[in-house]
Amino acid sequence: MDPYIKEAILKGIIETIQMTFFGALFAYLIGLPLGVILYLSAKGHLFENRIVNAVVGVIVNVCRSLPFLILLVLLIPFTRFLVGSSIGTTATIVPLTVGAIPIVARMVESSLNEVPPGIIEAAQSMGAGPVFIVFHFIIPEAVPSLMLGAAINIATVLGYSAMAGVIGGGGLGAIALQYGYYRYEKTVLWVTVALLVVMVMLVQEAGVGLSKRLRRS
Amino acid sequence: MQSDNMVYELKNVTKIYRNEGKEFTALKNVDLDIYEGEIFGIIGMSGAGKSTLVRTLNRLEDINEGQVNFFGQDIGRLKSKDLRKIRQSISMIFQSFNLLNQKTVLENVMLPLRIAGMNRNDRVKKAVEMLKVVGLEDKKDSYPARLSGGQKQRVAIARALAGDPKVLLSDEATSALDPKITEEILELLKEINRTRKLTIVIITHEMSVVEKICDRVAIIDEGKASEVGNVSDIFTNPKSTAGRRLVLPDNQEGRINPFEGSDPESRVIRIAFDGLSANEPFISNLVEDTGRKVNILSANTRSVGGIGYGQMVVELPKDRNDQDIVLDYFREKGLSILEVSA
Repeated sequence: MDPYIKEAILKGIIETIQMTFFGALFAYLIGLPLGVILYLSAKGHLFENRIVNAVVGVIVNVCRSLPFLILLVLLIPFTRFLVGSSIGTTATIVPLTVGAIPIVARMVESSLNEVPPGIIEAAQSMGAGPVFIVFHFIIPEAVPSLMLGAAINIATVLGYSAMAGVIGGGGLGAIALQYGYYRYEKTVLWVTVALLVVMVMLVQEAGVGLSKRLRRS
Repeated sequence: MQSDNMVYELKNVTKIYRNEGKEFTALKNVDLDIYEGEIFGIIGMSGAGKSTLVRTLNRLEDINEGQVNFFGQDIGRLKSKDLRKIRQSISMIFQSFNLLNQKTVLENVMLPLRIAGMNRNDRVKKAVEMLKVVGLEDKKDSYPARLSGGQKQRVAIARALAGDPKVLLSDEATSALDPKITEEILELLKEINRTRKLTIVIITHEMSVVEKICDRVAIIDEGKASEVGNVSDIFTNPKSTAGRRLVLPDNQEGRINPFEGSDPESRVIRIAFDGLSANEPFISNLVEDTGRKVNILSANTRSVGGIGYGQMVVELPKDRNDQDIVLDYFREKGLSILEVSA
């Protein structure tokens, strides 16, 4: 491999990490509250509200069923409006975030659903208010499961970030595409794929390990 | 008893569940009074409505009709803020303990104090004190998953006592525990009732729990309070069908009616007597005095509220006249008699 390719790969690794980190971070900033809203507004839960639940639920489902590649293209004008450009690492973070939000929201909802209803009943019987119950009973009890969900979500965002290479995003995906696919450099293709696999595995293992360490039961 | 020491006064409490157009009446016109300092049992078969009933006492369940008065205050009319305040003085323990797995024993016990707005130092002090009451102060930094079922329930009791409640509701708190641990937990509840003068309401499906620690009991059957009274009175002389079913010795496996006599036509009765009047060997005396014999099908003793009680299931002689002689003899001796075969 030429030294300039090695340099490009190194840069690609950093870009991939950046995209994944910020994409997942922003996706959680919006997706976590959405997941909490989905959970709380569901039937029989603390803030049961059919309209809110249905509206948020439909938006999440529609966004989730869009293939990510289509979403990438659809979001180009929005991305340009937001960051002034539709290519490059920063620009890619926008569709990554939007694509991951519904996935995060559903994952959070399902983690919260694992908290036994008896815990909530106990909290109510102590005279805790609904907000206190969410922050001091439900979310702390769901932490190990939320951790596990986060590992899966981050790995998904990492995979998506590679796809963004197609429309001019940076990172390892773009390198695999440009050097490996268009220029028939098989070695580069395989190296980048191997790097992506290793990164996904690291994220997954770290998430599982952290979840295990945090789980007290 | 006067009404000024009344903790709960339930009037005409009715609860109807509506689900997909179907209606189910879980509670039907229940009237109950619970007094300060007593251990009050609520017993019934599963599905009888007792769990719904206990949840009306802290309004985890809203009712459709009637009133639940807590120290004279109708809790059905409270705004949610006032309801939360009042719930701090009505604590509850559960069959499944409902401890937070992600928090230590100490943190669990501190939770109600945090809800009450106590500062951290005082919370720790109070929580440790409560753990001493239940004998688990050495486990304060453990997580619930490391504890046995009995220990978990002790932590739950410590947590329930932390906020200095006026009443403790126990919803099948011993049903997931083995008999020995059940005994220990009941012992602890009794001690707490005695030393802290804490009113306790115990929901259970086991008559043995009621016999061991309750002063008074309400029998709930198909959503109605079919019988309310002193435990010893109900044990010796149950008036309702549900009451009779509960006091009879447990059915043995494999036989629909373990008290069937040798003849399908025969009459079977249950005799109950308290330990004080049981000095007399009345079966032997029966034979000596009247010359009539009875066939003993089952006999045991149990402690009801600290007093020994005995019960015996016997088959009467076939002859109608002989039966009356035996029954009259037992009645004369002051024994409580209950017809089983009827």
